[in-house]
Amino acid sequence: MVERKTPGEIILLVFIYAAVTLVGFVCLYPMLYCLAASFSDPMKLLTHSGALFFPTGFSLRGYQVVMNNPNILIGYHNTLLYVAGSLIVGMTLTPLGAYALSCKGYPFRKAIVFLFVFTMYFSGGMVPNFLTISAYGMYNTAWAIILPTAVSTYNMIVMRTTFAAVPEALRESAYIDGANDFVILYRIYIPVSKATMAVIILFYVVSQWNSWFPAMIYLRDSKKWPLQMILREILINDAAGGISDDADAQYLQELIKYCTIIVATVPILCIYPFVQKYFMKGVMLGSVKG
Amino acid sequence: MSIQPAAAKKPGLLRRMRHYRNIYLMLLPVIIFYILFHYVPMGGLAIAFENYKPAKGILGSDWVGLKNFRKFLTGIYAWRVIRNTLTLNLLLLLFGFPAPILLALMINEMRENWYKKTIQTVSYMPHFVALVVVCGLLREFCLTTGLINDIIAFFGGTRINLLSSLDHYRTVYVVSNIWQNIGWNSIIYLSALSSVDASLHEAAAIDGAGRIRRIIHVNLPAILPVIIIQLILRIGNLMTQGYEKTILLYSPIVYEKADLISTYVYRYGLEKTQYSYGSAVGVFNSVANLIFLITANKISARLSETSLW
Repeated sequence: MVERKTPGEIILLVFIYAAVTLVGFVCLYPMLYCLAASFSDPMKLLTHSGALFFPTGFSLRGYQVVMNNPNILIGYHNTLLYVAGSLIVGMTLTPLGAYALSCKGYPFRKAIVFLFVFTMYFSGGMVPNFLTISAYGMYNTAWAIILPTAVSTYNMIVMRTTFAAVPEALRESAYIDGANDFVILYRIYIPVSKATMAVIILFYVVSQWNSWFPAMIYLRDSKKWPLQMILREILINDAAGGISDDADAQYLQELIKYCTIIVATVPILCIYPFVQKYFMKGVMLGSVKG
Repeated sequence: MSIQPAAAKKPGLLRRMRHYRNIYLMLLPVIIFYILFHYVPMGGLAIAFENYKPAKGILGSDWVGLKNFRKFLTGIYAWRVIRNTLTLNLLLLLFGFPAPILLALMINEMRENWYKKTIQTVSYMPHFVALVVVCGLLREFCLTTGLINDIIAFFGGTRINLLSSLDHYRTVYVVSNIWQNIGWNSIIYLSALSSVDASLHEAAAIDGAGRIRRIIHVNLPAILPVIIIQLILRIGNLMTQGYEKTILLYSPIVYEKADLISTYVYRYGLEKTQYSYGSAVGVFNSVANLIFLITANKISARLSETSLW
């Protein structure tokens, strides 16, 4: 479409580009600041005021301390364990439920859909959940972190939406060839929905990776804490992040915080530009009403 | 499994269920999961009406009716936490909800594809930063010696610890929420905008509509159904969101403005182990939330024929 631009439109466009650029900058800058601060000299960082684009002075002191902090490694290890556990449970149950929801015509289907969807809008709440999980004997065990959040109704509905788009004829002809529903799910539905599977796996990984609240209420033993709980100790509760010497702690603390943030965040931020298209796909799938 | 002999009578319920036995077999573990981790806790809500003692169990504890609810609603903190929950969420609705729509409308007007992609990628990034990290950074930046105060001082303002200030706590919360979500929440509007029929724009342009008028009269109506669905969903968790972020950001100095119903439940129900009282406040919160959702959905169904169910 060829269009002539009036002066008003040019002003509007200038405004739009300026505003959008500002949004982009503000979204990016805090992480840039952390990166610059994490390589800075601890004394200079302490007295520094205002924006940072490059490290002020240069030192790797912070990273030395963070790398020598055994808790960070333990946290990473536990987080990976919890992510793997919830993926195994989640990716076993979610496709089963999603497949069943995509089928039609069987008795009690409506009641079962209601059973699932109702939990999106109403829950027992914090205290009954805590008491139930404790009554199951899961208090202070990895199960309390892995199991209760392993299946997300939202993810199940996203997967169901994809399954529902698979042509019914595919299922019918598989029945005629003698395949049962399990074979159809694992040999046809999952293979043709690879992109959605990737989306759901990513959703599960990210939510478990970022989770800290269940660990706070269920895990008494800090050796079982996921990375986010270790971060909480260092960033929120101002625990000395692996600094052994008290005199050091005073002036290193700020530096340590920035280094910890970088060590904990960079792996995710490095992967994310490559997988963001899957996330976007997931958001759009989820917006189709179920 | 729709292959059935044409001559067969409508089969009985049991036969039909047997016909679909594999589907039920698949559903079985999922239903067990939902019962164990969703419906058993819901049954545990009964303790809200009891004076629950762990030693006596749910069935053995004394029944007290609505006493816990009365205790909450007549207590000195009820109004404070209800008011804070509603105020914070209305602020988020007022400022946080339109922000991504505005961003999407603006990105949609950009023609340079590489720049558009870059801005999108960069603006989604905060969504991937863990909440603990976001709050840790905020605490650091809001200190009197932090980055935000450096900027305030640069423009001649007074340095103040923003998170310990009753006047600024909510602003920090809302603005940082926008930062976290503006890009991510714009995705859905951008995808709706990309499917707007180009001929509508051409027709409007021929009729002499400028760019602003086309944004308002073509683009905005085109994404209105998406906006409404998002709005209902947002209202549907008006009262249950935000406790994780609040627990990471608040301190007793700002409870007057920061304490929410859900954080109150956490402190009384779990930290002080007043299980029955905490559950009662939780029930109050969930029910109020459900009422909001149903009302919003009803209004929307009547006004625009857009509805969640």
